[in-house]
Amino acid sequence: MSNESLDPRVNRLKLGDPSAVIKVEEGENWNVYEVFHQEKRGAHHEHVGCVHAPDPQLALVFAKEQFARRKKCVNLWVVRSADILAFDVEDEDMFANNLEKNYRDASGFKVMEKINKFKQSK
Amino acid sequence: MYGGGYIFDEPNGKQLREEQLHDDPEKLAAFEDRIARGEKIEPGDWMPAEYRRQLIRLIEQHAHSEIIGALPEGTWITRAPGFKRKLALIAKVQDEIGHGQLLYNAAETLGKSREAMINDLLSGKSKYSNVFNYPAKTWADVTVIGFLIDAAAIVNQVANAKGSYGPYCRALERICYEESFHLKQGHDAFIELATGTPEQKAMLQDALNRWWQPIMHFFGPPDKTSQHSEKLMQWKVKMASNDEMRNQFLDSYVPKIWELGLTLPDPLLRKNTATGRWEYSDPDWNEFFRVINGGGPCNAERLQVRKWAEEEGRWVRKALMNPAERRSLPVA
Repeated sequence: MSNESLDPRVNRLKLGDPSAVIKVEEGENWNVYEVFHQEKRGAHHEHVGCVHAPDPQLALVFAKEQFARRKKCVNLWVVRSADILAFDVEDEDMFANNLEKNYRDASGFKVMEKINKFKQSK
Repeated sequence: MYGGGYIFDEPNGKQLREEQLHDDPEKLAAFEDRIARGEKIEPGDWMPAEYRRQLIRLIEQHAHSEIIGALPEGTWITRAPGFKRKLALIAKVQDEIGHGQLLYNAAETLGKSREAMINDLLSGKSKYSNVFNYPAKTWADVTVIGFLIDAAAIVNQVANAKGSYGPYCRALERICYEESFHLKQGHDAFIELATGTPEQKAMLQDALNRWWQPIMHFFGPPDKTSQHSEKLMQWKVKMASNDEMRNQFLDSYVPKIWELGLTLPDPLLRKNTATGRWEYSDPDWNEFFRVINGGGPCNAERLQVRKWAEEEGRWVRKALMNPAERRSLPVA
């Protein structure tokens, strides 16, 4: 097979032996940062994904390129993935809400009935 | 884009049954119930070994396809006809690299490091979509890729976005949104050539003739020959069969090609109005396997360019390295 590429830039690279073994070392692609995106002022920052970066400052630069190059964005946060503390997903059942909890809810309080009863009693 | 159906066609039926024996039957039942209820699986969840293995394979190869897929198109950035086409192509190529990042990330949540994935790509152990082993000879090739390969990829990705693994679904949601721009700009460039001068039309027809077989190969071997795994369907790793996706693609896009007065190099291609299915000549599957195993016109160049980028970029990565950083896994 001829080594001539259709891309003149590729030909200028004078590429080496195709069977050469290139190995990327573990950790060479840096650390992982979680990215939070704020779409407009006043909105919450929402998790949108991750970037690989060597430090938080560059993580912000990469996050801007990756998550804010098209849609509206006014701010970004980044945080090391290792610094996120989360419940174990297998413990999901602790959030189950089987008990009667309408005392925590506006719908648990019916004032009109009492007001009407009071008005009728007069 | 470019997660072709071929990735499921290695004979893995035997291994699946063997590995399943080691899964805790109670946990497996709970896992399968969750998927049957339409709930997503998240990174920390218990999952069968085979589910993890197949997902890593699927997502990793999808990621490689995005990165390698940017190469034939990147070739044409300097030669794209006109300022608007050049801007659109730069944006598209950047999106593809971004998709690769999103997908590598989703695969990393399953425990395989990005470095290990890149090494498997460079050594040839891990595959990418076969279509990128063919060259983009003219500008018309770029419009065929931008319109029809992206269209085929969207059929595949829209199906996969309904799968069971949360991080992959979230990545695909974002990817599908950007792909809709790729498809539209490709269709626009395609129509411009199809309705242009006789030379432009001839150039497009020539590109279409050359790309038709790789496009028919895109969704992988026919259902009747490929080893089907009902498990992968039940686990919502594979969402539709190769033939189903191929049929859906033909149904949506062949009319859009024919309406422009172009032809396709298959005399048998037609929609059977009785069955609603498309009929076509079987593409040469020996050619497909020959190319996927390294025998295509561009396999060597694609990997050489990737190796060059890794080698020449190493000093930049090292110079920026902070020795105090310890690698962590993505959370979601």
